[in-house]
Amino acid sequence: MVTLTIDGRTVQAEEGAMALDVAQEKGIYIPTLCAHESVTPYGACRLCLVEVKTAAGRERLVTSCLYPVEEGLEVITNSERILRNRQTIIDLLLARCPESTVIQDMARELGVEKSSYHPEDHGNCILCALCVRACQEVVGVSAISLVNRGVEREMAIPFFDDSTACIACGSCSYICPTSAITMEDSGGVRTIRMPNNETEFEMVPCKVCGNYWMPRKQVDYISRTKGIEPEFFDLCTTCRD
Amino acid sequence: MTIDAEQIRDKVGSVLDKYQRDKGMLVSILQDTQAALGYLARESLLEVSAGLEVPLSQVYSVASFFRAFSLKPRGRHLIDVCLGTACHVRGAVGILEAIERETGIKSGDTSEDMRFSLETVNCVGACALGPIVIVDGKYEGEMKIDRVKPLLASYD
Repeated sequence: MVTLTIDGRTVQAEEGAMALDVAQEKGIYIPTLCAHESVTPYGACRLCLVEVKTAAGRERLVTSCLYPVEEGLEVITNSERILRNRQTIIDLLLARCPESTVIQDMARELGVEKSSYHPEDHGNCILCALCVRACQEVVGVSAISLVNRGVEREMAIPFFDDSTACIACGSCSYICPTSAITMEDSGGVRTIRMPNNETEFEMVPCKVCGNYWMPRKQVDYISRTKGIEPEFFDLCTTCRD
Repeated sequence: MTIDAEQIRDKVGSVLDKYQRDKGMLVSILQDTQAALGYLARESLLEVSAGLEVPLSQVYSVASFFRAFSLKPRGRHLIDVCLGTACHVRGAVGILEAIERETGIKSGDTSEDMRFSLETVNCVGACALGPIVIVDGKYEGEMKIDRVKPLLASYD
């Protein structure tokens, strides 16, 4: 355990824990879009910027989601300097995703009403790679990745058309902070819409109530990797005891 | 130049063996695959993914990230035009435009007859020779617009 201060409050934390996690555990709010407890931190959105001062006296701005705490660290989560930096970041995100209500709300919260940059609608994707990390680390299939680079960077399935690895579980859509990936179930078909692709997947019906409740590929994947009989998925969760 | 599936399996297989199917050598494996087959065909990436047991999405992510990799077939001759600062101030943009006019293709493209592929680079470390054009690895220094036509004519 190490002892540090966050906004003047003395707190104890596990050495190596990330400053963002420590702050959130103590109920201190830091805005963020790309952090999620289920996946490794990535530092993409930059909104969780904080000021740190080490015991040796070194001061700088860091992304708290990627900064491991240490003995004697002083963390400031809210200052004029941090606010200015966060405003620039959200201003840029707002120019990229002018239609995203999540970004709009966060911009307003940080005091940015309108982007000062020329807006260019890139859909709602902020390239935070939460979907990519969830697909790789939680689901374990790695069906999607960030492709190309620079201004052409985007999240995509391989070659923009190969959804072979995708099991249609919808984790990417669930975890996406800005609803850039959406999912819709209708008439035995699940449609997953990504910024540059739309794919339909077959659903399996429950043998009792007939409701379509799970994608065929997800059933296959779980049966195959966990050694569960496919019959286990005959009944939906509501029709089981 | 189209390559058949068997050829791809052979070449990619021997590249994979050379690197003992080490996942960490992905970039080197892609480089050698491209050197052997001219470009990174979709089937090549599928073979690399299966051979290394690395998800296709990650192979595609790496292959599409680096400018040195081409996912499209490339022409018989590769023209690199340096647009680094020194070449730029010495008129590289004019040279590039002359090459684009002469070949009828834009930077990043390949001519329909598969004769030339055209790319730009940002400095090749030979600034004293600028503006510089590299055709198939051969450096042509102090390029002039009126030298473009004869230079290209010497490649069939």
